[in-house]
Amino acid sequence: MSVARFWRKQINRYNIVGTHCKTCDTHYYPPRNVCPKCRRDGDIESYKFAGPGEVVTYTIIHTAAEGFEMQAPYALAIIELDEGPRFTSQVVCDPVEVSIGLRVKPVFRKLGESGDKGMIYYGTKYVPDNDRN
Amino acid sequence: MRDVAIIGVKNTNFGEMWDRSFRDIVVEAGVGAIEDSGISGEKLDGMYVGNMSGGQFVEQEHIGALIADYSGLSLDLHIPSTRVEAACASGGLAFRQAVMAVASGHEDLVMAAGVEKMTDVSSTAASAALAAAADREWEGIMGATFPGLYAMIAKMHMHQYGTTSEQLAAVAVKNHKNGSMNPIAQYKNLITVDNVLNSIMVADPLHIFDCSPITDGASALVLAPADIAHEYTDTPIYVKATAQASDTIALHDRRDIATLDASVAAGKRAYEMAKMTPADIDLVEVHDCFTIAEICAIEDLGFVKKGLGGKMTEDGETAIGGKIPVNTSGGLKACGHPVGATGIKQLVEVTQQLRGDSGPRQVDGAEVGMTHNVGGSGATAVVNILARKR
Repeated sequence: MSVARFWRKQINRYNIVGTHCKTCDTHYYPPRNVCPKCRRDGDIESYKFAGPGEVVTYTIIHTAAEGFEMQAPYALAIIELDEGPRFTSQVVCDPVEVSIGLRVKPVFRKLGESGDKGMIYYGTKYVPDNDRN
Repeated sequence: MRDVAIIGVKNTNFGEMWDRSFRDIVVEAGVGAIEDSGISGEKLDGMYVGNMSGGQFVEQEHIGALIADYSGLSLDLHIPSTRVEAACASGGLAFRQAVMAVASGHEDLVMAAGVEKMTDVSSTAASAALAAAADREWEGIMGATFPGLYAMIAKMHMHQYGTTSEQLAAVAVKNHKNGSMNPIAQYKNLITVDNVLNSIMVADPLHIFDCSPITDGASALVLAPADIAHEYTDTPIYVKATAQASDTIALHDRRDIATLDASVAAGKRAYEMAKMTPADIDLVEVHDCFTIAEICAIEDLGFVKKGLGGKMTEDGETAIGGKIPVNTSGGLKACGHPVGATGIKQLVEVTQQLRGDSGPRQVDGAEVGMTHNVGGSGATAVVNILARKR
């Protein structure tokens, strides 16, 4: 992914900043500028999420995506934040620890890099929230 | 709107074709469909070509023009040719565009084709190209692969309905058996449930034998207004419905992870258009890019109650001779999955079945058939219904 393309959403990825529609009180992460429920009647504002959530579904990826070979096997999951929205992230732990319904909390981690001398991309991954499981 | 009929069809062989180029295979399919229809190419009013990613697989865009040119339809004839893209549903979409062109009266004789040449790049590069059908900025960036996304659907399906790995494997076993009877299929070997379960894990719970392969291939068909179809062929196959639906690009935004709502919506629209129900369908080609996808498809299209697709497959009800034969071609799993061609290949298979031309894999007495083509993890679905009688 190009530097500019990553940089545009850097704040959203680093700090779990999405959006909130004031009209219908629905939260969005990844951020949306048009509320799918209200469309033109929507009133969108920026919203910083608390962070914790739970695993909706997951997989352990053995054949890695390009650039992720060194991480395999890794747990990819759909996370539901406590405010409601769902998004895709990794759960960083022994893959056998992951299960549907697992409570997780965010951690700041490296996501990838553009080759040996390129930009390093950071963002939010998740770890089991052992105080809440 | 005018009724529309299919008057000619052709699939190339599907597989790894090192000695043949992108343009070679699509021209073979196009010329074959024209020969089968009995028209001459210069009579075509338009062409619609499904292709997912010529840009990434063969560094070629402007696919419509290339194909018209190498089919000999550009230099003097200047026949319009349009490339259509919706990831793995590109072929189904190209067909729908072609049907609408004829139904509207704007064009009479029209070609719908699909093509993908996937083995000119490494399997890593091919996987990266396919991953572009998902949300690059919010799924791909986290390390999501296509098998990974469907694996998350499978995990959810297992969690909600108790679907088993053995039931997933039964889809692959059945499709390889069907593929063994299809001369164009990439894989004609029989496999067992144990073969699937013992094959390497790609993304838990999906093994490599739960996944469709990387394939080169092209398919084409010719459409005509139903009123004049008999001038060209004794066995026109009628288009009773063509329907399309959209859903969220990312899997995480779906209403239910284990249901493809786009399939449900496109299916419902198709049944309404054809004034039919699932009980009217004699065979169906569904989009089994992964084994779990076939289980979701037969549920989402109404052939079995949600959650019971695995059991239905395990019980043999989707085999040829069963209650509703599914993927008589071998499906994406065994026939192969050249992504842009798949939607057209499904229509070619159903057309041949309804004509009674399918040899050892013929479904006896087939009158009505359906095709179901999906883009990405379910963001686009196209459902078509064909019939032997108008």
